[in-house]
This record gives sequence, structure tokens and C-alpha cells, in this order.
Amino acid sequence: MNKLISSLSIFSFSRASLRRGLIGAAVTGAVLAGNVLAGGPAPALAAEGAPKPHRENWSFAGPFGKFDQAQLQRGFQVFKEVCASCHSAHLLAFRNLAQPGGPHFSEEQAKVVAEGYQVQDGPNDAGDMFDRPARLSDRWPSPFPNEQAARASNGGAYPPDFSTLAKARTYEVGFPGFLIDIFTQYQEQGPDYIHALLNGYVEPPEGFTVPEGAHYNAFFPGHAIKMPQPISDDQVTYTDGTPQTVDQYSRDVTAFMMWVAEPHLEARKRLGFQVMIFLIVFAGLLYFTKKKVWKAVHDH
Amino acid sequence: MSGHATFEPKNPALKWFESRLPLVGLIHSSFIAYPTPRNLNYWWTFGGILSLMLACQILSGVVLVMHYTPHVTLAFDSVEHIMRDVSYGWLLRYIHANGASMFFIAVYIHMFRGLYYGSYKAPREVLWILGCIIYLLMMATAFMGYVLPWGQMSFWGATVITNLFSAFPVVGPTIVEWLWGGFAVDNPTLNRFFSLHYLLPFMIAGVVVLHIWALHVVGQNNPTGVEPKSPKDTVAFTPYATIKDAFGMVCFLIFFAWFLFYIPNYLGHADNYIPANPLVTPAHIVPEWYYLPFYAMLRAIPSKLGGVLTMFSAIIVLFFVPWLDTSKVRSGVYRPLFKQFFWIWVAVCIGLGWLGSKPAEGGYIVAGRILTFWYFAHFLIILPLLGLFEKPKAVPASITEAVLGKSKGGGVPVAAGASAPQTKG
Repeated sequence: MNKLISSLSIFSFSRASLRRGLIGAAVTGAVLAGNVLAGGPAPALAAEGAPKPHRENWSFAGPFGKFDQAQLQRGFQVFKEVCASCHSAHLLAFRNLAQPGGPHFSEEQAKVVAEGYQVQDGPNDAGDMFDRPARLSDRWPSPFPNEQAARASNGGAYPPDFSTLAKARTYEVGFPGFLIDIFTQYQEQGPDYIHALLNGYVEPPEGFTVPEGAHYNAFFPGHAIKMPQPISDDQVTYTDGTPQTVDQYSRDVTAFMMWVAEPHLEARKRLGFQVMIFLIVFAGLLYFTKKKVWKAVHDH
Repeated sequence: MSGHATFEPKNPALKWFESRLPLVGLIHSSFIAYPTPRNLNYWWTFGGILSLMLACQILSGVVLVMHYTPHVTLAFDSVEHIMRDVSYGWLLRYIHANGASMFFIAVYIHMFRGLYYGSYKAPREVLWILGCIIYLLMMATAFMGYVLPWGQMSFWGATVITNLFSAFPVVGPTIVEWLWGGFAVDNPTLNRFFSLHYLLPFMIAGVVVLHIWALHVVGQNNPTGVEPKSPKDTVAFTPYATIKDAFGMVCFLIFFAWFLFYIPNYLGHADNYIPANPLVTPAHIVPEWYYLPFYAMLRAIPSKLGGVLTMFSAIIVLFFVPWLDTSKVRSGVYRPLFKQFFWIWVAVCIGLGWLGSKPAEGGYIVAGRILTFWYFAHFLIILPLLGLFEKPKAVPASITEAVLGKSKGGGVPVAAGASAPQTKG
């Protein structure tokens, strides 16, 4: 089989980098948690043995799914206080925080959040770059100036950008589940995987040697992840009485990540329902018109 | 195709124009008076559905181009800009991305229908070949379109597919460099793919015009495969085919909308939401679903050139189907053995598609070889031999007889409305 694969030149030069850690597979996509492992020694296809993430109940799932505004606000808090110290979200703008269909903070609140960050602007009239407080129109500032700096601070691993991350992760559903998913409208592979990953820091099974600088995770492809357990109970203080557990934090931040990746999800599903109603009524009318028009032909 | 009213303008201005350019008359004879067999089933609505999808792709694509930036450092973010900041940009982009898949679903049904009912047989060979050319152009267009968002699968898909051409002796490496515009998939590649992705749909539209022209010269095939013999066998395109096609289209749009609004990323790859990175190869480079059967063939052959030739031959062989099928009977309805082999072949195609999504290893490769062999055997061995050895069922004398059954005689005069099955002339 190796001979076969290397007969395609692309595969032969890709295999070296393949081993560097892009992992996982699916009929409709591959689990790609790879960057975190770049440089790690894990075998490329270890994902095959990983357990499937549990399918959680997400408020945004299904044909009438909507984001839970309070959950997005809590998720934003977790992101801001914990994740954002390593992970960027360069497509998220401060103004997005005040938009409907998202956390829907007031414009004032979003402004206050923005002003807490310094962004580089310029050049000014003297030709110098300068720092100023962020405005609503600015994008979320990245914690590191570039990928190299991020890797240098994270043991060689690059914390992936959050902008599209919830849609950039999946796991293999397999046959016949992937066909059933069409009818159940299951699209939450990414969120389920992320939730599972955040709760997947357990003791390694006997005989598994966790490489130096890595951590064991039951759901991470290859199980050796460079990201240490990012959050623990009571780390973030919720003001609304929501339980301060890892499970709750991970649900909230995952919902937030899904919104960041698909900010118009609510509008999409709402419009979809309207279009569906229209098309079904239209199809019904056309069906009876067709029957009437063809009646004379069918009789003779 | 006589027997249907021709266009005679009453309006003097229209008369003046019509005597100089009979445009309205052409539209009238093509889409109103055009006689269509009265027994067409819903599989025949996919021609109209395909025209709708082509229009949908061109319109959504033209607007997307207004917001897209074809540069390696900007392409990914410009697509995300469309998804986030452009009014209804998410809708346009999901229409275009899912529309491509819908286009292929419709074209595969259209092709299977043609193969089942023998629509490629004389005198429809040119019509069939034009269809094959459209299919080839669609594959090229879709491939280049998938590269444009410049995600991981865009980049690596482009790398794998363009590398295939390097298998050709002597000219291979030159062709690949020419495709890339350099020595790797990079900005020049993205730019030329963008240019060609915009050009090819209009070439498709041109060949579609030829396809419809050829169709209107030879007339539509029908489920019986018997040519219309009397005006009773046909009905006017409008209102009969128009209303039926419209119903078929709206039903197809419901199917489309299900994917578009509720599972818009189901048919895509999660990897393509990761920006392209030439230094990191995805574990499984998988093409879009509509190429998977060919991808399985490519990997089933233990030689790069052999695999590439096999893959291209799988499409080339379609061009010769009109001459490979030796049966005198056109429609599969009256061919008991062909019918069984047809469905086996459909299963083989689906099986190849499934194998194309699997890693090329162990049992998958063996299965891939068996199914690839069967795919070609169907055209090169089974179709020629079936025509010689199969004993077909009795073919009805006419379409009307097939529709109404012999007991009714098929000769019942039509008393209903004048525009019902035409009895005059």
C-alpha cells in the first residue's frame, strides 16, 4: 500500500509532514487538531481509535435552533478571561458583540470591552505607528504578534485561531450515521468535539507514555495534546448563579465559538423556515395545477 | 414534428420585427409549441432543473466575485468577510457552495436516466456527446471553484489534482508548471483558477445551447424509447411540460433549501475552514463527493500514469456508449437483463464513491480494483454482448398504446380541449 501511495508524487512528499501531526478522518472532512501537535511524535492516524464525542444538546441545533444569549455572554467571559490569552480570534470585531443573533451586549458594553484593549494604528502625521484603545470597528487583538511568537510561547504548538474553529473540527460519523444526519440535521460535530476535548483531560491508560511537554486527552487525535487542561472548576466567576464547573464552562465557551464561526446562524435558520413554507405551498399549488392541466391527456 | 401551431404574430410591430429576426418565433417553437412525448416521467424534469442550477450558480457567482479577493493572503478572509459582513453574503456563499453539489446531483440523475432509457442511441449521439462535454466542463469548473476559498482542502486538493498531470511522459512536468504558473501551487495558480472558474460556466452555457438545439432537432426520447409516430403521441411543451418541469424544479429547490439552510456544511470538508498551509498536509486529502468514484479508480491502479489514464478513461468511455450498446431496443424498460446490469452498475458507481472517501489501504484497494474493473466491463463487455444475446420484451407500437394499454386501442379520438394531445394535422 505504501508503494501505491508513494506512486503519487504528492503523497510521497506529503508523508513526512503528515507524520508531523495532521490527524483524523471523516467521509465529509477530517479532524484537524494537528497544529497543536506539530513537531509531536504521535502517529498520524491515531484518531481512528479515539472515542466518538458524545452528542450534546445545543440550543442552536435543529431547524429552529437559536443561540442562548446568556450562554454566549458567559462563553465570551470564559473566552476573554481564559482562552484569549493564547488563542486569537482575528475575524471577531468588537461591534459583533453588540449585534443581534449573538451575545447581544449593548453598544455601550461592547465599547467598554473594546476600550480595555490597545490596538496599533497609524502611521500618524509624523510617520509613527501608535497604540490607542480599540473601537467597535476593530477586530479582536491577537495575543501574539505572529505564529512564530505563539509557537515559541506554547512549547512549539500553535493555538488555533477561534474565528472558524468550531466549523473546522469534526469526527468521523461512519455509515449509516452520516446518512441519518441529513434527516436529523446534525451539524454539531465541531461543538461536540470541542466540548468533549475540554472535558477529555483524564489519566492516561496504562502503558500510554505521554510525550514530554504534552498532556493526555481522551478525545484529541493521538491523545497527546500540547494544550494543558485550560480551565478548572471555579476559575471564572459567573455573576448569574450558573454552576462554575468545567463542564458548564466548556458548554458556554463552545456555544460562543460556534457563534464566532457562524455569526448569522439564527438568521439562516429563520430565513430557511420562511423559504421552506413558501416552497412547500408553491409546490402544492403547482402539483394541483399540473394535475388539472394534464387531466385531459391522462383520460385519452 | 408537425401538427403544432406555428407562431403567427398579429401585432404589426411584432410582425415587422419577426420578418427581420424570427426570435419570438424561435422561442415559441422551442418552448411553447415544441412537441414533447406525452409519457415523460419526472426523471425528465432534470434537464430543466439543470438549466435552473446553471443560472443559479452564475448569478450567485457573479455577486460573490464582487466581494471576493483572489490572493493567497486574502482569499480565505475575503470569503469569511462575505460570510460575516456582506448583506446576505452567507446566503450567497452557501447557495453557491451547495448549489455546486445540487448541480452534480441533478446531472448524475440526468445521466443515469439517459443511460437507463437509451437516450444516447441514434439519432441522439451528438446530443449525448454534447452532454458529456458539459459534464467534463462542470468537473473542471467545480474543481477550480473549490480552490478559491483557499482553505486546507482547497490547497491540497489543487496540489493532488494538478500533480496528476505530471504522470504523462515527457510533457507532464511542463503541463504541471504551466497549470501552477510556477513551481508549486501558489498565488499564480489561484489567480488563473479564478479566471477560468469565471470563464468556464459561460462555456457550459454555450454548450448547453448546442445541447438544447440538438435536442430540438432529434426530439426527446421517452420511457418507451419509441419515437412519436402521430400527433397523439405528443403534447405541446407549454403548458404540459412547463407545468410539470416547474413542479419538479420547486420540489428540487425544497431539497436544495434543506441543505442550504439547515446543513450547509454537510457536503463540504471541515478542513476547508482552516486557512491553506503548504507546510501542513491533511491526513486525508479527499476531493468533493462528486469526484469520489474517479478518485477511487485513480488509487486502485498501482501505477500513477495508469491510475490517471483509468480515471480519464472512465469519462471518455461515456462518449462511446452510443456505439458500445448494440441492442436494437432503446429503452431499458423492455430489456430485462440490461435492467439488472444497469442497477448493478449504479451500485458499482456508488460503491466507488464510498471507496473514494476511504483511505487507500488493504481491503479498500482490492474492492476498488474489482469495482473499477466492473465499471469498465459494463461498457466494454456487458453492453456490446447484451445487445447480441438478450431477448427483449415486446416493444409497444406507439407511445399512446403504451400509455393507454392495448385494450383501449390507443385510437380513441380526443374530445377534450384543443390543446390536449394534438389530433390535427
